[in-house]
Amino acid sequence: MSQFFEMGGYAAFVWPAYAVTLAAIVLNIVWARRALARSREEARRRLSMRGEGP
Amino acid sequence: MTWTWFHRLGSPPYVYTLAARLTPWFAWPAALLIIGGLWGGLVLAPPDYQQGDGFRIIYVHAPSAWMSLMVYTTMAVAAAVGLIWRIKVAHAVAASCAPIGASFTFAALVTGALWGEPMWGTYWEWDPRLTSELILLFLYLGYMGLRAGLEDTQRADRASAVLAVVGVVNVPIIHYSVTWWNSLHQAPSVMRLAKPTMAASMLVPLLMMLLGFTLFFGAVLLVRLRGEVLSRERSASWIREIVKA
Amino acid sequence: MSAYGSPATGVAVQAAPVARQAWAGSRQAPMLEAAGLALARDLQLAFRKRGQLVQPLAFFAMVTMLFPLAISPELARLREIAPGVLWAGALLASLLALEFLFRDDAYDGTLEQYALSGQSLTWLIFAKTAAHWLLTGLPLALMAPLAALSLGVSAAAVPGIVASVAVGSVALSLIGSIGAALTLGIKRSGALLSLLTLPLSLPVLIFGARATQLAITGGPLLAPLELLAALAVLGVTLAPLAAAAAVRISLE
Repeated sequence: MSQFFEMGGYAAFVWPAYAVTLAAIVLNIVWARRALARSREEARRRLSMRGEGP
Repeated sequence: MTWTWFHRLGSPPYVYTLAARLTPWFAWPAALLIIGGLWGGLVLAPPDYQQGDGFRIIYVHAPSAWMSLMVYTTMAVAAAVGLIWRIKVAHAVAASCAPIGASFTFAALVTGALWGEPMWGTYWEWDPRLTSELILLFLYLGYMGLRAGLEDTQRADRASAVLAVVGVVNVPIIHYSVTWWNSLHQAPSVMRLAKPTMAASMLVPLLMMLLGFTLFFGAVLLVRLRGEVLSRERSASWIREIVKA
Repeated sequence: MSAYGSPATGVAVQAAPVARQAWAGSRQAPMLEAAGLALARDLQLAFRKRGQLVQPLAFFAMVTMLFPLAISPELARLREIAPGVLWAGALLASLLALEFLFRDDAYDGTLEQYALSGQSLTWLIFAKTAAHWLLTGLPLALMAPLAALSLGVSAAAVPGIVASVAVGSVALSLIGSIGAALTLGIKRSGALLSLLTLPLSLPVLIFGARATQLAITGGPLLAPLELLAALAVLGVTLAPLAAAAAVRISLE
């Protein structure tokens, strides 16, 4: 198991590379969901400002 | 041949519900493929005979680099469609692409540098591919900066679309000139990371990662697209249904 | 609005008859005639504000001066980096002037008049870009040898340097016109304009610096010069279309 994490001596390069890419994936999910939530919130506010909202 | 499907894609409420319905069909296969690709790339694939375990960076570097170009192309095509046929939804697609592409371009640069240190002995080599990737990051940042600078959404859509189309015309010229420039200044003896023929156990995880990243792009794009479509609709009654839900 | 108010429109009224005389004799297609008038107007306006004309040139001279001070006064070393210094300086100086390419005309409504005039906006934008090149690119090309000589380059390299900067700056002006048109109306657009324009200008920098380097070392510089010319031709055919589209979008 520890041999796997050592990556034949390349651990200092392999794992950061995987971490950065994983971070890009996770951040994309978080940002996209947040952007959608923000748009929905804005739409709700627009509707309620004109007195027809929920 | 009827064009109704095409016209329906121009209708915001249809696109919103379609995007919501399609998202899981992209997200779950993407998750499975990426997890499978990671397992195959990190565990099953044997170490490279020259690069040892260092070559495993390819399973994150190559898909990130692929995303950076594929997303830019998607963005430019969507922008052109939006400009020519004045379709709001197409502009919404283009606007959704930029942050995704920029983040993966950044990841491609960092993973490329992390691959360069053990293979070239330096984090940064003015290699034509890394240099082109860096320029691509600036193109993305310029696109996002222009959008941020223009307050009116419609104007931001159309102006950034012109920029995206101009950029995509330039990308091959930039790539060619950078390759030409590099060939003048660098001895070709620098170790190339070219893969002559890959064993299937190495290649299959790579293909899984490439497909997985592409589907992941689709899923994130669909989520962002819904947000962009909503923010472009001012007063439509269909929004009321969605916001209530 | 006193006698000094809205200088551009005032001058436009005065400039038009002068320019029209120059063009009256020719029986050109109307769009070429309109483009010629726009070019003459821009040149005339620029020469009334000579201070602004000199600014990019002074900037270029100062950038060139930075390198001996920052690196070393040894001419042998400076000669080696001269192509890079000249081209980075020319690129930045051309960029500096870009911000003013459309700005005044957008503020006083001239661009809107152009768009509504029924003339081809593409040609009018092309004329404005040509004026920009005549006022910055060409002077830079003529000044580049002076900067080169101060960096220890031999006089034999002068024709090659002038040619490469002159041709390359055509492409720079054209690429820049797109960025300038896209950022119209954005406050403090300078940094954004650089971010949009510089990545697209890199091929010009690469081929231009190479041609200059070959001119300095006495090598065959025709190949990079031809590539520069190809970029300029491509720019002439495509950039005015994109810039005109961008101007139209900003006027909507």
